[in-house]
Amino acid sequence: MRVMAQVAMVMNLDKCIGCHTCSVTCKQTWTNRDGVEYVWFNNVETKPGVGYPKRYEDQERWHGGWQLDRRGRLKLRAGGRVKRLLNLFSNPDLPDLDDYYEPATYDYDTLVNAPAGPHTPVIRPKSAITGRDMAITWGANWEDDLGGAPEHAPADPNLAAMAEKVRMEFDQTFMFHLPRICEHCLNPACVAACPSGAMYKREEDGIVLVDQDRCRGWRMCVSSCPYKKVYVNHRTGKAEKCTFCFPRIEAGQPTVCAETCVGRLRYIGLILYDADAVLEAACVPDPRDLLEAQRRVFLDPSDPEVVQAARAAGISEDWITAAQRSPVYRLAMRYRVALPLHPEYRTLPMVWYIPPLSPVLDAVTGAGADADDPDNVFHAVTDLRIPLEYLAGLFSAGDTEIVAGVLMKLSAMRAYMRARTVDGTVAEDLLEAVGMRAAEMEEMYRLLAIAKYDERYVVPAAHREDAAALSAQAGGCSLDGDGGPGMSDFHPAGVTGRRGDGRLGLKLFVRDGGTA
Amino acid sequence: MNVALWVVVPYIALTIFVVGHVWRWRVDQFGWTTRTTQVLESRLLRLGSPLFHLGAFAAIGGHVLGLLVPKSLTAAVGVDEHLYHLVSVSAGTVAGLMVVAGLGLLLARRLTSPRVRRTTTRADKVLFAVLAVTIALGLSATVGENLLGGGYDYRATIAVWFRGVLTFHPDPGLMAGVPPLFRLHALSAWVLTAIWPFTRLVHVWSAPLAYLWRPYVVYRRRTPIHRSRHV
Repeated sequence: MRVMAQVAMVMNLDKCIGCHTCSVTCKQTWTNRDGVEYVWFNNVETKPGVGYPKRYEDQERWHGGWQLDRRGRLKLRAGGRVKRLLNLFSNPDLPDLDDYYEPATYDYDTLVNAPAGPHTPVIRPKSAITGRDMAITWGANWEDDLGGAPEHAPADPNLAAMAEKVRMEFDQTFMFHLPRICEHCLNPACVAACPSGAMYKREEDGIVLVDQDRCRGWRMCVSSCPYKKVYVNHRTGKAEKCTFCFPRIEAGQPTVCAETCVGRLRYIGLILYDADAVLEAACVPDPRDLLEAQRRVFLDPSDPEVVQAARAAGISEDWITAAQRSPVYRLAMRYRVALPLHPEYRTLPMVWYIPPLSPVLDAVTGAGADADDPDNVFHAVTDLRIPLEYLAGLFSAGDTEIVAGVLMKLSAMRAYMRARTVDGTVAEDLLEAVGMRAAEMEEMYRLLAIAKYDERYVVPAAHREDAAALSAQAGGCSLDGDGGPGMSDFHPAGVTGRRGDGRLGLKLFVRDGGTA
Repeated sequence: MNVALWVVVPYIALTIFVVGHVWRWRVDQFGWTTRTTQVLESRLLRLGSPLFHLGAFAAIGGHVLGLLVPKSLTAAVGVDEHLYHLVSVSAGTVAGLMVVAGLGLLLARRLTSPRVRRTTTRADKVLFAVLAVTIALGLSATVGENLLGGGYDYRATIAVWFRGVLTFHPDPGLMAGVPPLFRLHALSAWVLTAIWPFTRLVHVWSAPLAYLWRPYVVYRRRTPIHRSRHV
């Protein structure tokens, strides 16, 4: 067992009102620069809908993520190492700018500079790429609140997998919002696809980053990420992605998207996991087993054995305590209401979602029944295949049982708390139906409904003193000991030095030449 | 004059090449990239880029064979003059045509796609001009002299001189009787050598061959343990 810690997120989709505050604050913080106009580290999609970039979930087209080959081994869907290198000159799986959208700005100066005339001056959209006049025909949230859904939404790849046809008439369909950031996967396909080794997963907190100094612009990460959350900066020619706001996380603060979330629907906390078990979990043959396989990779932070192993792995006490308080662990593992987005991509994503009950409640109300009656909701959950199948396609590789179980829990929680507060009774039958204890149910209610700031975000600050201690320890070469291969003490000083990432390089090519 | 062209120019170019690369590597890791524009335009790139790159690999391989491998060595392994001529002219012509077609497509793409055009830097423009001239001269030398003309045995003169430059025993006299096309090609190649470190051509040295054997998922510590190591 090799214990590692991961900063993870859960989003409670029932609370998302699609206000895009997360997207806007994220953009203002991270991507308000030339070259990344079209880049949204955080975006909010309306589902059903094609998403951003268009049809990114269609892996038949983009070949993102992993798949098992005929012998059951895990392979990048876009092909093996040799094939990657052969596709270096032209990547057949890379989305075009038009699959995102052409970013536009306006010639605002016209408003103040226009010569006097009979008409009020009008600003016109100009392409932020070419500077030319353009018509704005698509954007990152073009289908907001099902705008244009009858025309566009049938192209949603999740609908293609469904047996029944979903009607897109506005008053007869269902919808919900899906905020998305980088999944900071346990088995990241983007990292695996990067030819230069510039992308990496941080050992301390699992955040996946691009080393801007080592990225050479081979753009394999963009196509291999099945969530399309790595982007090309067309000005610098380098890849950029959601950083999980690591400077804030290191300071013990939640990400910008979470901090500014109006619906308070985001939860951030630590997950301890067994790094040695990741590959095996990603290799289970049936995609429907991936959820449980990933859950088995997660370690119970209250288990004394795990705590001991975590300490042995150098994880500090406050991080272990934080892992024990983690709202993400509670939602994913204790109450089991949070589910990963598209587990079938086999990347073991670490931003999970509580599926929305609202599509089902809408359907119950639409059928003229009382959505507050849990019996109606329970029946709807099992009888109304359409929203259920759709949600299962997103969150459980098509297994409707799993999504139905979560929705029943959420609906039971509502009814249970209604009985508690309105009638003053304890609805034992509801507890029994979903297999939860009263205390557990009320804790879950508190976390989901009251959702206090310090319960939603349990982020331990990073330990800078570790780095200092470790670098002091590393004062000499560990191979210099008696009998070690370095005992000759031959170090061609002046020839070699440490690069910024710790690798040894020719000093000629090492900036700052190491510290002599 | 001979000394200036065939001794001074090469060594100036090589010096800029070496010093320029060290300087660029040390101060501009962030700018060290392929400067990919595929996301802006992919239709012409899909054909042009592989044509250009694969053609360039073949051409570079041909130059290594023609310039660095002595005639005596190929003769020793049983390749006679006729066979060498046949292979070098046919493969060289094919490679040259691939490079020309590829570069043509890529240049057309730069000119016709407003998105790509806007990303083109001054260094790019200089590079494309020098590259185009060098390739055009090289291809016309191969086709004009060796395919259509009587054939010129550059391995007796240019190759010997080139190896001399690399081993610090340059003999400019060897270049005296060389046909002008070959001479111009060599000179433009030295210009290309000199501007190399300041252009996007540096991505050549980042060819990610290590990808073939490195582990898939890369882990790194937040602060590298060895950062302040004593060396």
